[in-house]
Amino acid sequence: MFAVKQPTTKVLPLYQEFHPRWYRPRVSVYWWLGQWQYLKFILREISSVFVAVFVVITLLQLRALRAGPEAYARFQHWLQSPIALAINGISLFFVLFHTITWFNLAPRAMAVRFRGKRLPEILIAAPNYVVWALVSAGVTWLVLR
Amino acid sequence: MAKQSSEAVLWSLFSAGGVVAALLIPVHLFLFAIAFPMGWLRPPGYEHLMLLLRLPWVRIYLFLMCSLSLFHWAHRFRYTLYDGLQVKHLNELIFTLCYGGAVAGTVFAGYLLGNWSGP
Repeated sequence: MFAVKQPTTKVLPLYQEFHPRWYRPRVSVYWWLGQWQYLKFILREISSVFVAVFVVITLLQLRALRAGPEAYARFQHWLQSPIALAINGISLFFVLFHTITWFNLAPRAMAVRFRGKRLPEILIAAPNYVVWALVSAGVTWLVLR
Repeated sequence: MAKQSSEAVLWSLFSAGGVVAALLIPVHLFLFAIAFPMGWLRPPGYEHLMLLLRLPWVRIYLFLMCSLSLFHWAHRFRYTLYDGLQVKHLNELIFTLCYGGAVAGTVFAGYLLGNWSGP
């Protein structure tokens, strides 16, 4: 297969017969800052971090509830601190970003056709928002009852 | 082949967690972490919350919410680190940390909610 005699030196040849040179430009680590679409993608991906932050805080809340009324009162007091409110405010922004982007993905994931025409995206995304409203109302009712 | 099927399972967990997080986290976060601490709404008393937590289905609900959301995070964050920061050479370490974190959180949630022995 290799009819050409291999060079004995360690220096690689700049040109090999029949071997294409790949065109692979280096991509900057900050490629996602260039365009709103890319930035939106990264923001969506980062929303997962705040999902995890929410779970950690929820688990700590459950631990405080288990430990008794005093421990829970201390935890509630911590939730009122500026740092906790700042973290949770940012979390709420990112979690809502996740919810909206996730719901709006549904029409892209499944193209529903009716009488040969694709249904408008809003019709497929809308049920998600209805379920979201119902679930949120249900949780609020249970907690505030 | 084995690698592909485990990837499918992890993707299913990511997807289920995405749905759970999208539907449930905003209302929980808004009520317990914003509206009650800010005094916009009167927070439920300790006794009321304990009453809710004595119901098995409430604890199963909370367990699934926490666990699936963590697996959603693990999957998405893993790919964010791979692609966003171009650190593919740290693949295995990132994989272990992300899913290890999700498993640890799941075990902790199971411990907290499994044998509920509140006062």
